[in-house]
Amino acid sequence: MKLPLALKLLLRRRIVLFALLVLSLITVLALGAELFGRVDPNDTAVLERLRGPSGAHWLGTDELGRDVYARIVHGGRYSLLIAAGTALGAVLMGTLLGLVAGFFKRLDGPLMRLVDAMMSFPDILLAIALVAILGPSMFNVVLALVLVYTPRVARVVRASTLVLRELLFVEAARAVGVSTPLILWRHILPNLISPVLVQLSFIFAYAILAEAGLSFLGVGVPPEIPTWGTMVAGSQSYAHQAFWVVLFPGLAIIFTALSLQLVGDGVRDLLDPKLKKSMK
Amino acid sequence: MLKYLLSRLGGMAVVMAIVAVLVFLLTRAAPGDPVAVLLGDQATPADIARVRVQYGLDQPLPLQFAYWLRELAQGNLGDSIFLQRPVTQALWERAEPTLLLALMAVAVAALIGVPCGVVSAVFRGRLVDQCFTGIAMLGASIPSFWLGLVLIQLFAVSLGWFPVSGYGEPGAPLGQRLHALVLPALVLGLLNSALIIRFTRASMLDVLGEDYVRTARSKGLPEGVVVFKHALRNALVPIVTVLGLTVALMIGGAVITETVFGLPGVGNLVVNAVLRRDYPVIQGALLVIAAIYVLINFLIDLLYMVVDPRVKV
Repeated sequence: MKLPLALKLLLRRRIVLFALLVLSLITVLALGAELFGRVDPNDTAVLERLRGPSGAHWLGTDELGRDVYARIVHGGRYSLLIAAGTALGAVLMGTLLGLVAGFFKRLDGPLMRLVDAMMSFPDILLAIALVAILGPSMFNVVLALVLVYTPRVARVVRASTLVLRELLFVEAARAVGVSTPLILWRHILPNLISPVLVQLSFIFAYAILAEAGLSFLGVGVPPEIPTWGTMVAGSQSYAHQAFWVVLFPGLAIIFTALSLQLVGDGVRDLLDPKLKKSMK
Repeated sequence: MLKYLLSRLGGMAVVMAIVAVLVFLLTRAAPGDPVAVLLGDQATPADIARVRVQYGLDQPLPLQFAYWLRELAQGNLGDSIFLQRPVTQALWERAEPTLLLALMAVAVAALIGVPCGVVSAVFRGRLVDQCFTGIAMLGASIPSFWLGLVLIQLFAVSLGWFPVSGYGEPGAPLGQRLHALVLPALVLGLLNSALIIRFTRASMLDVLGEDYVRTARSKGLPEGVVVFKHALRNALVPIVTVLGLTVALMIGGAVITETVFGLPGVGNLVVNAVLRRDYPVIQGALLVIAAIYVLINFLIDLLYMVVDPRVKV
């Protein structure tokens, strides 16, 4: 019964509803890229290179005559996959780390110093270094980004766990002899779902941007895989004669990241009990 | 007070030690032999072995780490394999554009972010607030290289107001160098102002709910005085913290912007080092960048104690 009410409240905010619609549209297009892409994203046509948007090529063609729309739709699949993998991985690892650090006092210090150390590198720089070591592949980009964002989740989860640990129901559970793993699983973890969901949507958005940035620098996904980042990276030197080769993949990134953040923000507002009352 | 200071210093030392280990392991875990790359296809195995000894790459890992630490203690970050000069010198040569860029960008971010955040907080829930909050979120969704390419197209290619790329001729006057930094500073500043807007808004909302603000209002002070003199001055403390950390993160974290605008900065140095597997440079640069962040973090904590007499842990 709880979820439908939450969902109802979430959908009452028109902007969040709109963001969800945009996200669904992008996801459907990306998943059904063969269906909606119209043409093969890797079909080159030298005579058709750098053509502006038209009926034949909705968003124009790039420097090799490839259809920009088809590439955005197909590239979206990779970009979304990488970002989703990153968000899920970072949330899983970060939750585990934060839970352990927050619940077991003895491990708190060492684990959090490790988190501090990892967070003293700028995100993108750490990602670059990690991809360089792991090698440029889609899986390794995800792995590197997971390592970059895990500390962030760990901090949030630890802070919440510290509060939860001291609450009466945990003490009561312990008093009646519930084992520690069961306390973590049944009593602490369910209460962490909301902050973790917020993190999930924000990291999803950051990962979209980070993947694009890495590909742009040439240290991300191999250039032959079409992602929104590799599209901009590959075509940037043609931007002055054909702005659409850079404009449209960029807009795809912006719309996706913005929608994800709006949803995350909506979820956060929803979880704020003060705001919830005023929305009912 | 002294005890707090000492514990903070100890914590900082531990974090730096972990950073050093991470940086060392990171570069040593990398595949590919930098010596083979450096010497090219023509190198004989004997040549490679000789150069490996020269750079100490033939020693076992713990020993390499110990050597590295010993040199580190003397302020020596080693020599770049490709640039034929000490890493410290390479970093120093790249420091100016990065530092100037970071300062200019933070100035832009503060000039946009703080006023917008204050307005947002004062008119909470109104249309202005929703607009600024929306803009802040939009700013956090734009890739920096994309905004950079758009601004280059507009202001450098079409209008010709700024150079398309680069940092002026070698030995160019300061004015020319600053001129080359305007567009990159705008990119970084605009994107980071998103964070500052949100942070200022939250900080102001906290303060506006305090008792002394209600007292100020109830004694009939004009709203402007309450907002600026009572609220903003107190809200500024955490805002300054974020601004400081933003500067710290831009040292090395501005790598994409530096690359788009062809600036010879620290971030650019690291990317090139990564592409060429220049271990000493990657190691040294990552270490220095992380150290600067940790140090600025610590200084901000100290500042807190000076500015806010309540913080006497």
